[in-house]
Amino acid sequence: MTRPETLRSNTQVMNRAALTKRIVGKLHRREAVVGGIGNSNWDLWAADPARPENFYMLGSMGLAAPIALGVALAQPDRRVLALEGDGSLLMQLGCLSTIAARAPRNLVIVVWDNAIYQITGGQPTPAAQSGTDWVAIARASGIAQSHWAADEAEFDALIETALTTDGPHLIAARIDDEPGRSQTDRDPVRFAQAFARAMALPVG
Amino acid sequence: MTTAAPSHWPGEILAAFKAQDVRLVPYVPDNVLRPLIAAIEADPHFTAFPCAREEEAIGIAAGAVMSGMRAACLMQTSGFATLPNALASLVCAFQLPVVMVVSERGTLGEFNPGQAIVCRTMRPILDSMGIEHHTLSRLDECGFQADRALRQAFATRWPACLILSPLLTARPQ
Repeated sequence: MTRPETLRSNTQVMNRAALTKRIVGKLHRREAVVGGIGNSNWDLWAADPARPENFYMLGSMGLAAPIALGVALAQPDRRVLALEGDGSLLMQLGCLSTIAARAPRNLVIVVWDNAIYQITGGQPTPAAQSGTDWVAIARASGIAQSHWAADEAEFDALIETALTTDGPHLIAARIDDEPGRSQTDRDPVRFAQAFARAMALPVG
Repeated sequence: MTTAAPSHWPGEILAAFKAQDVRLVPYVPDNVLRPLIAAIEADPHFTAFPCAREEEAIGIAAGAVMSGMRAACLMQTSGFATLPNALASLVCAFQLPVVMVVSERGTLGEFNPGQAIVCRTMRPILDSMGIEHHTLSRLDECGFQADRALRQAFATRWPACLILSPLLTARPQ
């Protein structure tokens, strides 16, 4: 059964913290989650700071999806998610072609589209000013299974599909301008070592 | 056990990668690296593929090395010069043994002024972050240097950079 295609113009504005909690609530098989710089990370941290399979990047803006690709290639049996902001993805659009070329079945990219650089003062991204469509870009880059989430129910359904069927998958969600709800500890070495230890454990 | 001695520098690098169990090789192509890339892609031990940008390769290697797969990123000097932020905020801050192999352009006969200038930035960038680097200039030493530099990177969880000098890659041997 195919559902009608959701376009960006038909999507509700949702909330990153709430959607991040919904994602983390669905993870029961030691899935890896790579959070992008700033707010994407901080809402991931707020969703479950004790989860060792979360990796909280620091300043390497745009590298959440490439880091997740590396995890996915190293561990093809583990589901790997990248949570990335629209401004961040715009910095590293070429990675969509790289990901499509490798076609990792276990990789899921979630794009948070608030159309602004929220953390630096809410300036609009050039993508927002131009009407750039992340799903269209991802598909044109070769990631066929790329979709906008119309609302929370469709977001849930898309995540379920992405966690249980072959990818790569890309899910884009329009979100509001709320800043991250908390901040991660500033302890990168601990994060890297905890994440590496978690990745050494078998997929649940 | 005896194996045939690699007869040229790509074989020496490839042998060091294998000895240190490097399996993932994301790269941005370069003409000097062409025989190394070809040899790696022809060997089923490795997963090698092109990236759109050097930063991507660093991110991929960072994710892989934290997940139990050792990686080395191949690039040219000018591509290395795009990396300081990713090296500082990801590789060094998280103490990840990401290995870079850089073919050195901009020295010993460079024709392109841009390459000559950017080449002068490479070692100061590496030194400023305390990233171990070795310039490979002799066929009879490069295998030892590569093997030991990689071994130290993985043992000490710190990045390393192998710089392939024209003395190695262009000088008649």
